[in-house]
Amino acid sequence: MTLIAGDYWSMLAGCLVAIPCAILGCYLVLRRMVMIGDAISHAVLPGIVLAFMLTDKMDTLPLLIGAGSLGMLTTFLIEFLHRKVRLQEDASIGVTFTWLFAIGVILVSTFVSNVHIDQECVLYGDLVNIPFDLMEIGGKEMGPVAIWTLGLVNLCVLAFVWIFYRQLFITTFDPSFAVAIGISATLWHYALMGAVSMVSVASFESVGAILVVAFLVAPAATAYLLTDNFKLMLGLSVLFGIASAILGYLLAISLNSSAAGGMVTVAGGIFGLVFVLSPRYGMFSKKLRTLFKVA
Amino acid sequence: MNWLEFITFDNALIRNVVLGSTLLALSSSVVGCFTLLRKRALVGDAVSHSVLPGVCLAFLFQGTKDPLVLLIGAFITGWLSLLTIDLITKRSRIPEDAATGLVLSVFFGVGILLLTYIQHLPNLANQSGLDSFLFGNILSISEKDLYVFGAVAICLLTCVWLFYKEFQVLSFDEGYASTIGMPVKGLRLLLTTLTVLAVVVGIQSVGVVLMAALLITPAAAARFLTNRLGPMVIIAAIIGATAGLTGTFISSAFRTPTGPWIVMALSIMALGAFFFAPKQGILAKWIRQRHWNRQIQDENILKAIFQFQLDNNSNDPVQTETLIKWRPMEAKQLRSGLKRLSSQGYLEQNNGWLLTQVGQKRGERITRLHRLWETYLTKYLKIAPDHVHEDAESIEHIITPELELELEKLLDYPEKDPHDSSIPRS
Repeated sequence: MTLIAGDYWSMLAGCLVAIPCAILGCYLVLRRMVMIGDAISHAVLPGIVLAFMLTDKMDTLPLLIGAGSLGMLTTFLIEFLHRKVRLQEDASIGVTFTWLFAIGVILVSTFVSNVHIDQECVLYGDLVNIPFDLMEIGGKEMGPVAIWTLGLVNLCVLAFVWIFYRQLFITTFDPSFAVAIGISATLWHYALMGAVSMVSVASFESVGAILVVAFLVAPAATAYLLTDNFKLMLGLSVLFGIASAILGYLLAISLNSSAAGGMVTVAGGIFGLVFVLSPRYGMFSKKLRTLFKVA
Repeated sequence: MNWLEFITFDNALIRNVVLGSTLLALSSSVVGCFTLLRKRALVGDAVSHSVLPGVCLAFLFQGTKDPLVLLIGAFITGWLSLLTIDLITKRSRIPEDAATGLVLSVFFGVGILLLTYIQHLPNLANQSGLDSFLFGNILSISEKDLYVFGAVAICLLTCVWLFYKEFQVLSFDEGYASTIGMPVKGLRLLLTTLTVLAVVVGIQSVGVVLMAALLITPAAAARFLTNRLGPMVIIAAIIGATAGLTGTFISSAFRTPTGPWIVMALSIMALGAFFFAPKQGILAKWIRQRHWNRQIQDENILKAIFQFQLDNNSNDPVQTETLIKWRPMEAKQLRSGLKRLSSQGYLEQNNGWLLTQVGQKRGERITRLHRLWETYLTKYLKIAPDHVHEDAESIEHIITPELELELEKLLDYPEKDPHDSSIPRS
């Protein structure tokens, strides 16, 4: 297997998808909001397609606005169905995201015919073509556009988590205490969902709308099996995310198949390993502990 | 295909498609009712994503698109995904939603890896139909497929019919089911198997991504239209079948995948049910609430006028402004309430507001109920007299004549309330 320069760009793009996902995923797992994240990642699709139809190109800003607002709309709609209509929560999630996703697919299959956006892309993205869409500033090539976009999103997410670390931490672990000391749980709920929708949009081109969920959950869940320290969990999660991006890409090109699919497969494999072997919270942790004590 | 042909069943292909889509949508909707009631709606989502690797593996090993083989492959990985979710939640501290999301996306990822692998294999000319499993394409259904899927769907419906009572108990009260000696574990297994089967046959028409909608949405909509399980299952089946038909028709007109259009039809019907359902819909709730609010407002106004006249010992007309000063109320609401009451014959306008005979009676009754309740609270619940007003303020609108009689009897027809105001009785 020989790697060319383009492969490194694709791998880098994979890592840049994995990092913010791994960070936000930790919050989703601990807040038990994974399925809402799943819903958002499906539901940004109509936003992406609408932004694309209106501007007729894959410009970053309209995409982020269009899909970001769709993500917020999803969160709002789920809350509305759950609290006002009094539909049970799992059903609210199911009804909302399937509906929005269906609208997205209909828009794609009926009105849009373009290389950037088609049914396959919706499902598993197109990491391999990322190196060929180059950015030019003043006639100089500055590397693939997607790298710049993803890099920017990375910076935003990192800054968000860094600056508001305390607020996010408290609302995650003890929402009622947060409210008592004057931190709005609702505000941070929506802020987090906004961040998730932004990341879903940015990752859409690379890994598609559905596999983002795996990038969100798998590394975070793996890290959650290894530690009780939240900062360590964030770090481990990012590590697992990057590892699955790189190994997954290699797996995919050796099988000549979808890069995103490969990454997710590896992420699942890592989770499986840790799930079986984790010394503290794994499947055989009790047996392992007694083994170590005996030895 | 034009709509006349579509409706008249002239063409054998069209007949297949129509029969197929109706049957498939119908059977998943029926099973979906039980998963919804057991609060496991999203499990259907996980299963439907997880059948993809099964379909691909079956194709890889057998090299055919024989529906039976693909169905078995799909069934196996669908089942496996449920086992994995159970294993992860039971044997580690990962919460259920994370386990569901994880299994769903990882199985789907593996499926995508295999699917793209198959698509890039040389010398496999007949792989092209596989991606119709993603978004569904009922239009590609052959007569043989129809028999296989139709048979499974009919098996499903028969199973639900046979075990209806057991499933009913299981969905509402699992503890009770095991107490009366039902094989709860076996039944749960059966229901899970039926769910997986429903997904497996449904993906032909809706595709793996949107299959969850066929399980969740009709059941959710039906839940709003009735409170009984039997009608709920039937309504869900009707909604599912209607959506299957409409979706197939629209998609054949636009030549696009069937799945999204079926889901679109389903969602619109469900939203309709959420908003306009006669009892539980948002609109009905809103109307009930408005009616109730108005009744409270009306009674408060009548009470205020009655008490004003009682306190001032006069029968002169009361001015709106005096009323506001005496009992602070929102001016706009008061004015509209006064108008409403006079048109209903409780008030008369004559240089101010006068109670008619019925108005007098109603105002007096509310005052009586208020003061009776205050007496009851201080006497029997030993609540301090200065704490009872708020509670009486809301209960006075609710007490029925029967309760009123009971209260009077219990308190031995009291003359005065805890604040030393007289309790009016005419």
